[in-house]
Formats: sequence, C-alpha cells, structure tokens
Amino acid sequence: MPQLDFSSWPPQLIWLAISFVALYFLMARVALPRIANVLEQRRDRIASDLDEAARLKGESEDAIASYEAALAEARGKAHAIAAETRVKLNAALEAERAEVDKKIAARTAKAEARIAEVRTSAIGEIDAAAADTAAEIVKALIGGKPAKAEIAAAVKAARGA
Amino acid sequence: MATEHGGGHGSEGGLGIDPMHQFEIQRLIKLDLFGVDASFTNSSLWMIIGVALITALTVWGMSGRALVPGRLQSVAELAYEFVANMVRENVGSAGQRYFPFIFTLFMFVLASNMLGMVPYSFTVTSHIVVTFALATVVFLGVTVIGFAKHGAGFLKFFVPSGVPVALLPLLVVIEVISYLTRPVSLSVRLFANMMAGHTMLKVFAGFVIGLGVIGGWAPLAFMVAFTGLELLVAFLQAYVFAILTCIYLNDALHMHH
Repeated sequence: MPQLDFSSWPPQLIWLAISFVALYFLMARVALPRIANVLEQRRDRIASDLDEAARLKGESEDAIASYEAALAEARGKAHAIAAETRVKLNAALEAERAEVDKKIAARTAKAEARIAEVRTSAIGEIDAAAADTAAEIVKALIGGKPAKAEIAAAVKAARGA
Repeated sequence: MATEHGGGHGSEGGLGIDPMHQFEIQRLIKLDLFGVDASFTNSSLWMIIGVALITALTVWGMSGRALVPGRLQSVAELAYEFVANMVRENVGSAGQRYFPFIFTLFMFVLASNMLGMVPYSFTVTSHIVVTFALATVVFLGVTVIGFAKHGAGFLKFFVPSGVPVALLPLLVVIEVISYLTRPVSLSVRLFANMMAGHTMLKVFAGFVIGLGVIGGWAPLAFMVAFTGLELLVAFLQAYVFAILTCIYLNDALHMHH
C-alpha cells in the first residue's frame, strides 16, 4: 500500500502546505473579494432597477390620475356649456314664439273684426234684399205697397225665427 | 509493502495489473530541504494543477465581472454561493471570517477528487497523509478558536447538560474521545472513499482486459456506471468534508450541544 510508505510523507506534506497556502491567499485576497464585489454590484443594480421601476410606476399612476382629472373637468365643462346653451336657446325660442303668437293674435283679431264687419254689412244687405223681395211679393199678390217699417219688422221676425 | 509492486504491467501473472500502482508516489524532481525530502512528486504536480484550475476558474473566469455572467463566471459564482450558503446555514454570521478557509478547503478537495477521475492522473486525496493533514489543520484550528472565544469555558463543551452526576465522568470521557477522533474520522472517510473507488475501477478495468473482447463487455458496462457513481462520490466527499468542518466550527463558536 503506497499510502503507508512513510518516506513519501514529507514531500507530500511540504507540497500540500505550499499549494494549500498559495490557494488560500489567492482565494482570500483575489478571487473571493472579486466574486463578492460582482455579486454585490448585481444585487445593488437589481435593487436600484426595482426602485426605478417603482418610481416610474408611481409617475405613470400620477399621470393617469391627472389625465382622469382633466377628463372629468372637461366633461363637466362640456355639460355646463351644453346646459347653458340649452337655456339660452330655450329663452330665444320662447321669446320668438311669444312674438309670433302676438302677431298671430293681432292678425286673428284683425281678421275677426273684418269678418264681423263683412257679416254685419252682409246681414244688412240681406235684410234690405229680403225687404225688397217681400215688398215685391206683396205687391204682386195683393197689390199696393206695405209700409216699409212693417216689412222690416216682418223680415226681422222671420230671420229671428 | 511499498517495494513489492514493480510497475502496473508487472509480470506477476494473473491479470497482470496492480490496482495499487496508481497510488504510488513518483519523484519527478528530486529536491532536498535542510535534509528533508521535498521532492516534486506526481502528487505535488496534481496539487499544483488543482490550484491552477481553481485559480483559473475563480480569477480568470471572473475577469469579465459581467453583470449577466457567462458560463465560467456562473460556475465560479455558483461555487461561491454554494459554500457561502453552507457557512451561513451551519455557522451563521460568526462564520463569515472563516469563509475563505472553508471555500479553499472545499475547492481543493473537490478539485483533487475530480482530477483523480481523469485517466492516468493521480488522486491527491487518496493518500491518508494528505487528508489527515487537512483534518488536523481543521481540528487544531477549531480547538484554538474554541479556547480563544470561550477560554477555559470551552471545556464545558465536554460536559453534557442535564445528566446525572454519577454518569458524568463516563460521559465526559466519551465526549473527549469522540472529540479527539474527529480528525481521524474526517480524514479516513475521504481517503478511504477515494482509494476504494479508484482501486475498484482499476480492478474492473483489469477484468475488461483479462476477459477480452468476448467477456469484457460486462465489466466495461459496470465501469461506465461506476465512473458516474465515483464522480458523485468525488463531489459528495468534498461536500461532506466542508460541511463537517462547518459543523465543528459552529460547535467551537457557539458551543450549543
């Protein structure tokens, strides 16, 4: 068993010491700080990236909120303008309608007056014509001329009947 | 024992392959340090290769320092996070000081185990002296940390609470023995796993050769499956070594039993 060849122990121990100590210093002084540094940088970078992402998210949320507010405001303004316009238009319409109504009423009154005038004159003419006709009929039937007042009274009575 | 194998393809008959040959230490460059043999061996070579590969992965692989890692950087970061989580979960924040040591230990054992799976390579951790040295460093370090942090109060670690006084002497002895056997169990577990696995692979490889084209397929199929298992064991033993170190460290730092 070569492991129990004691003459091989000193060179093995000496070179184990040399290589292990060399490796220890290489690791402790060079390699491990470098790896730790890289890992820490990565951790920092990830943390800062997450912070940045959170910040940007907050900003976009603010932007959305202000956009929503502007939108609501604009909508309110539009409503107000619409309502105002409606009121104005209604008032104008009412005024115009009232004016037109007044005109129509005036015209109607005028027309009615004329109708009444025409009617009274027509009735007068009818009465006269009826009286004349009645006088002629009486003359033809019985001869003679009846009194004008009598005939007028008779016409009036007939018309009233 | 060390002299009886004359080479992998010896002429001792049978299958002609010595499964222990792969564990032999070969001195590539003979060196002498104040009378002590400090030769550069095949073991040293594979230790250096392991150190070079780990350094390449963690230093060169991270040289991009990319925010979105590439393949090598991902592996390096994965290894870092893996060991960091292990230390955090088993030792807590007090263990952060010892993180570089645990990381080095884990990566060194893992690289040694994995490189051992490369054909014609040498498995550094298949030698008890290497694993025992690592375990001893862990054991002594943890003991020193325990005494430095709690002073003589660390001795209370060996006295279980809520036990009848009559039983205490016995239990303290058991606790001390179990504490002292920690480096043994830690080192033997790793060394035995590595040695047994590689010996097994070699023995079955010998069967493939011995049974030839006709009968060699069965051991070959077994070897393919067993190689997969050995890769798992290579990782698992590195993990076990590191996590037990974490647990021992936690005992020394926090002393809760």
